[in-house]
Amino acid sequence: MHKSLKKYFPVFILPVVAAFAIAFAVPFLVGIYLSFTHFRTVDSSEWVGLANYIRVFTQDETFLNSLWLTVKFTAVSIISVNVIAFSIALLLTKGLKGTDFFRTVFFMPNLIGGIVLGHIWSLIINGILGIFGVDITYNPSYGFWGLVVLMNWQMIGYMMIIYIAGLQNIPAHIHEAAAIDGASSSRELFGITIPMVMPSITICTFLTLTNSFKLFDQNLALNGKSADTSLLALDIYKTFYDHTGLRLAEWHGMGQAKAVIFFLLAAAIAFVQLRVTSRKEIKH
Amino acid sequence: MKSKSRKNNATVYAVLFLLTALFISPVFIVLMNSFKGNFFISDEPFSLPVGEKFAGFDNFIKGFTQSDFLSAFVNSLLITVISVAGIVLLTSMAAWYIVRVGNRFTKLLYYLFTFSMIVPFQMVMYTVTYLAFELNLNSISGIVFIYLGFGSGLSVFMFSGFIKSIPTEIEEAAVIDGCDPIRTFFMIVFPILRPTAITVAILNAMWVWNDYLLPYLVLGSGEKRTLPVAVQMALTGGYGNKDMGALMAMLVLAIVPIIVFYLFCQKYIIKGVVAGAVKG
Repeated sequence: MHKSLKKYFPVFILPVVAAFAIAFAVPFLVGIYLSFTHFRTVDSSEWVGLANYIRVFTQDETFLNSLWLTVKFTAVSIISVNVIAFSIALLLTKGLKGTDFFRTVFFMPNLIGGIVLGHIWSLIINGILGIFGVDITYNPSYGFWGLVVLMNWQMIGYMMIIYIAGLQNIPAHIHEAAAIDGASSSRELFGITIPMVMPSITICTFLTLTNSFKLFDQNLALNGKSADTSLLALDIYKTFYDHTGLRLAEWHGMGQAKAVIFFLLAAAIAFVQLRVTSRKEIKH
Repeated sequence: MKSKSRKNNATVYAVLFLLTALFISPVFIVLMNSFKGNFFISDEPFSLPVGEKFAGFDNFIKGFTQSDFLSAFVNSLLITVISVAGIVLLTSMAAWYIVRVGNRFTKLLYYLFTFSMIVPFQMVMYTVTYLAFELNLNSISGIVFIYLGFGSGLSVFMFSGFIKSIPTEIEEAAVIDGCDPIRTFFMIVFPILRPTAITVAILNAMWVWNDYLLPYLVLGSGEKRTLPVAVQMALTGGYGNKDMGALMAMLVLAIVPIIVFYLFCQKYIIKGVVAGAVKG
């Protein structure tokens, strides 16, 4: 059968391979090439070697700022989202009535798109700040914490679902044994529950990490107007599209170099994730 | 002992209801403001739509007509439905081919698809937009083709994982009975793939429906714009004067279909999203 299947290449795989080549493979390779050039459009590129990369780190005013902001934002989000989501999951696995209702409500924000989410929170945050006569652009830290609150509202329900699944996998007799041995509830939490859901904690940590690191829509909708609160993805977008004039080719080159650095950081995260999760699997 | 645990339960419920209020309030505040007159939205976003502040359905009428909401909604719906159907059908066929043929070429393809999952969109943002215009893919059917290319990474990966666990005997029996590969796939393999197909469909539907940047760059903010693009344009004053009332109504109109869809397919959505997270 496999021999006859091979001949069906055009039916089974050609459409996807063609789409993949046009939407991803070619743009990816051309993108790497363009990061070493100055270009107004793709067909007018001029080779400049490493100049774009050097400029990104030495002369660009926004890149290092948004890199640092992204690191801070990611770190704060990972901790707050996971601590709150895990705590809610603990409450919802006590076998109380109405658990399904709470689960449904807490997961709901995850389905609303980033642009709409950003504008919902823009109304609320500006509404609160309006009482003091300012808005979200007044101080970069308002924009930062606004984004953290938004991220928590969106991601907590999602992580909670994964933690609930992990908690329900712990065999009941382990908790019973702990109760018979007289373990305090904090001892039980740190000695049994948390070590037993470690795989869920790893998954959720990396999910929050990649989602925070690549955040764009929410950032654009909530903080699009202030220059100091752009995370990496938005900074790259602004480098490309917020400039006109004679030096456009240089901005484009720099934007593409930033995009390559952004890709390398995302790839490094994915690589670490792969190593961590595969090591875990061997242990079990 | 018993009264103590009852007291504990009361505390837990109190915490859970407080959290419920916190989770619902943002959507509720937008809903409330969508029934208020223009002047009372920015100045008093937390007041109730009563008395002189109440504007009835004026905002919804304006939101619907000013932004030509319906055409953006139809564009989004068309793009999402066709993309998802195409992705599910074509990537499941591709994944079956990749796993069952299993030579050097298909292995290379598999690694390329998996690799594409980790690449952020910004990496190809400029070049894919350029290519879309050069190849005349800046249309509804063109963007569907681009979504097939972008969605193929995760989808091929998920289908392949499942196909590897299916024993080949059933398919071989079908071949002996005289089925060609196309019939074998549609009569035997595809029905087995159903649970994964639902997961892949849900993950891609949520992504395409909510996606902003690709449709904004490729289809623009004119008549081909999608719902997220229309919302962003309206809220940043892209249609001239910023009418806060109409904007609130637009937000409500954008959220309602998602919540209705969620309430009907909740079980599948939660399962699908979790399966996608654990595998991806």
